Order: sequence, then structure tokens, then C-alpha cells
Amino acid sequence: MAGFLLRRLFQAIFVVLVVTLVVAFAIRLTGDPALMLTQGAGSVTEEDLARIREALGLNQPFFVQYGNFLLGILHLDFGRSFLGGTPVAMLIGKALPATLMLAFASMLVSIAISIPLGIKAAISRGKWPDQTIRILSLVGLSFPNFWLAIMLVLLFSIFLRWLPPSGMEGFTSFIMPATTIGVILTAYNVRLVRASMLETMQFQYIMVARAKGLSENVVLYKHALRNCAIPLITYFGLQFGGLLGGIVVIERVFNWPGLGTLALDAVAGRDYPVLQGVITVLSMLIVGVNLLVDIAYGLIDPRIRMEGRD
Amino acid sequence: MASATKQLTYRRYTSIEFLLGTGLTGTICLLVLFSDLLFPGAGKIDLSARLLPPFITMSHPFGTDPLGRDVLARVVAGGKISLMVGLLSVAGAVVIGVIMGLISGYYRGFWDMIVMRFADVQLALPFILLAITFIAIVGGGLRNMILLLIISQWVQYARLVRGSVLALRDREFIQSAQAIGVGDLNILFRHLLPNLIGPVIVLMTLNVANNILLESSLTFLGLGVDPLTPSWGGMLADGRTYLQNAWWVSFFPGLAILLTVLGLNLLGDWLRDSLDPTGRTSK
Repeated sequence: MAGFLLRRLFQAIFVVLVVTLVVAFAIRLTGDPALMLTQGAGSVTEEDLARIREALGLNQPFFVQYGNFLLGILHLDFGRSFLGGTPVAMLIGKALPATLMLAFASMLVSIAISIPLGIKAAISRGKWPDQTIRILSLVGLSFPNFWLAIMLVLLFSIFLRWLPPSGMEGFTSFIMPATTIGVILTAYNVRLVRASMLETMQFQYIMVARAKGLSENVVLYKHALRNCAIPLITYFGLQFGGLLGGIVVIERVFNWPGLGTLALDAVAGRDYPVLQGVITVLSMLIVGVNLLVDIAYGLIDPRIRMEGRD
Repeated sequence: MASATKQLTYRRYTSIEFLLGTGLTGTICLLVLFSDLLFPGAGKIDLSARLLPPFITMSHPFGTDPLGRDVLARVVAGGKISLMVGLLSVAGAVVIGVIMGLISGYYRGFWDMIVMRFADVQLALPFILLAITFIAIVGGGLRNMILLLIISQWVQYARLVRGSVLALRDREFIQSAQAIGVGDLNILFRHLLPNLIGPVIVLMTLNVANNILLESSLTFLGLGVDPLTPSWGGMLADGRTYLQNAWWVSFFPGLAILLTVLGLNLLGDWLRDSLDPTGRTSK
């Protein structure tokens, strides 16, 4: 077990290192940050540029700079924003909770819809409710999420005036963004729930439960659903990465003060330290969640550990 | 592939997935192909007909945009960009991915390790983030976006093909081909490839759909296709400003994305079930 944990941990660290290295290298390719910093600052002499490079550590070799960036991360120091000089860690600290809260709200919406629908599809396999849910889930998968968001704004904010169109203020502002992401996640999850339920319901203990005369709801929700909970939780955990990607777009539509908005503003303002920081934090988060899911799964199901060995 | 095709029974050709999928995809492809003939004046600006609502005049069934351009004509013209991005990016990714997958599965060893570690890193990064970084650095535009999609997706094909090669390489028909001295290139492309192409075609169909969605998301964020070119994502981003008084400007391009992607997804789903004998239980 210790070997499995260590190996997964090393893999996770390797992935984060490669991501940060590629991003750092790519950003270096775009040009001299000293020149970018002084854009529009009027007359800048060669000495001024040299002083800025000295102050930012840009005159050191690339790998020394990268090493310093990594050391900085260990102290939660991601450098300072080119625009205004705010520490990047502070900007991320403000935006991260907004993104995470939206992610969890969307997950909740999706789980609340997909479990009953998935079970319904599984028990009516091949009949019309199953077919309808199947087609509906394909429709959900085909939705451009930003368009769904705009249409919700049109309906609930402009026509009906029930919900605030943007920003993060109170419970009501969560409804539309979380629904948008939740609906699209549900399209995936319904299929997962259906497939795991179909698999679980083949087992003999389900037959035994029915033979005992338990009501169908008890059989489905207490016996079957509980037994496919583990693979489902794993899938939901692994979705986290894709979920964060979708949130970036949705944050822009709803002006949500999260990491996506931060990253997009950083691109627009060529604020590379902020962009680098956001991407590093997001990739650490995704790799971290995947690692936790893997470990949890490995603890519960020993076959996974064996598979990882070759 | 040949035996797989035979498995497609009459019932499968009358399934709702197939009929709806080919119907939607076919109609949209035809409209886009003949868009120049159907709508000769697609980009014509007519300031006297600004923001006309839909379904009122025959000449502008979907209404007009803030510059008086016909929304229907622009939606059809925008389809060109989306279909082009979808098809070209998938074609590029398939060529690279299939070759890499064949090589790494057949020869294993060092090359295999490199490809798979590369895959691990790419799978840990959500696409949108990769895209934002890439475009922040090299800039947007049609060519860069296709390139970006190829870079981020060839790995999926490589993994899929590698997995199938690993399962097939020790089978008798490959061993006998090796025994009678068939060259490696021949084995890879004439013996292995035809036996693993089915799932690749399914993945391709689903990825054309997926890439159309990604292209429109990126263009919507201002990171994709040049805003002057008519594209679905770009039209949606423009239309957002007029949402208060002209909903149709952003409604129809989105509907076009939805229907195109839905058509392709239905086809992909149908293909997957048709090629997989145990299809009904697959997710």
C-alpha cells in the first residue's frame, strides 16, 4: 500500500512540475516582461530596463528563475501582478472560494437530478423512459454551455426579472450559474448512474432482496444505489477537472468573481504572473483531487492497486 | 471493419439516433456547402433594416443584427468556420495519434513511455486552461485554434490505438504475418489498423462535435476566430450586448451549434452501439 501511495504521489508531483515548467517556458517565449511592464510608460532608457530585470530576477538563467518560482510556491508566493503590483497569491485567495463554491453547487445540482433519472432509465431499460432519458442526455451534452447561460439570463433576468443576471451576491445569484453547469454535468452523469445501476442490479443480492419481499424503492435506493456509490463517487471526483474548465466560460457570462474571470482578465492585460499563478493553482487542485480519488479507490478496492503495477 | 458493418441490421438503420443524426448533420452540411448559392448577400450591411425581429418579413426569417445583416444568412455562413475547425482538427489529430499509437503499442519500450507520460500530463489539464495559455502566448485565429485542438487531442487517439494494438499484437494473425516475413509497415497499416479502426471512427465523430463546441466557446471568450469572420461563437458574443432588446441575434447562432453538435453526437452514439456487440450496456 505504501508503494502504491508513493508511486501515485510521485506521478502527481511530476504532472504539476511539467505543467508549471511548460507554462513558465512558454511565457518566457512571449518576450521580455520588462518591456511589457514599461509599455506606455513614456521614455524608458536601457538602464531602466536593466534595473527592472534585476529587480524581477529576469537576468538570471531560466532554470534559476523557474527554481525560484517553485520555491516561492512553497511559501505561497506566486509573485506580483504586472498591473498594480498586488501579490498574485492574494488575488487567487479571493477568487478561489468563489470558483470552488460554484463548483460544489453545480455538483449538487447534477447529483440531485442525475441519480433519480439514471435509476429510472436503468429500471426501464429499453423502454420509452430509458430512450427519452438517453436522447435528453445527448441533447444536454450538445448544449453550448455559454448559450444555455445566456438563454437563462434572457428568460429569468430580462423577461421574468426573477434572478440577478450577474455577480455573486447571496443565494439567488448561484441559481443560474450552478444550473447551467449542473445541467451539462447531468447529461454525463445520468449515463454513468444508469450503467452502474444496470451492473449492480445483476447481482444475486438484489434478487434476494426482492425475494424477501422488500419494496422496490428499498431495493433500489438502499441495496442497489449504495453498492454502486463507490464507482459513482470516483467518477464524480474525476469530473472535477472538466468541471473547472467549464466554469471558466460560465464565470465570464455571469461576471462571477472566480479564477476563470481572473485568468481571462490576465490574458487580456498580458498579466503573466497572474495567469501563471492561476494555472498552477488550478492544475494542483485537479491533480490533487484525482490523487485523492485514486487513493480512496485503491483503499476500498485492492484490484486497482494491482492494476497500477504493470 | 467489414464484419462490423455487416452487424448493422435493418433495425439499426431505423433507430431514432440514426435518422435524427443523419437528418440533422446532412441538412446542416448541405446548407453550409451551398451557402453562397442560397444566401448570396450574406454579409451585406443594411442600416435601414437594423434589428428587425424574426418571423416578420420573408426576406429576414431570423431577423437582422445591429448592422442590418440577415441573421439566417450569417448563421449559415458561420457554419463554415465551425465545420472546418471541427473536421480539420480531428483529421490532424487522428493522423498523428494513430501513427503514435501504432508505434508505441507495437514497439513498446522507450517511445511508448514518452508517449504515455505525455498523455498523463495532457489528461490532467483541462482543455480551456491549456487553450487560454496557448492563445495568450501565440495569439488566436483560425490556424492557431486548429493547431491547439490537434495538440490537445492526438493523445486520445494514441491511447485508444495503443490499447487495441496491445490486445492484438500477440494474436495468431499478426504472428503468422510476422512469420512469413511481412514488413513492419505492412503489419501496422494493413493488418493492425483495419482491425482497430472502429472505435477510432466513433471517437472522431464525437470529437468533431466536441471541437465545434470548444471552438465556439473560445471564440465567444474572444480567444478564437477573428471577430470580423462570421462564426457562431463570435455572433453569440456580439449578440449578448443586445440581449435586452434583440434576443434573436444570440438565440439562432446558439441553436445552430446545438443542432449541429446534437446531430453528430447522435451519429457517434449510434455508431458506437452498432460497432459494439454488447452496445446496450456501454455508457
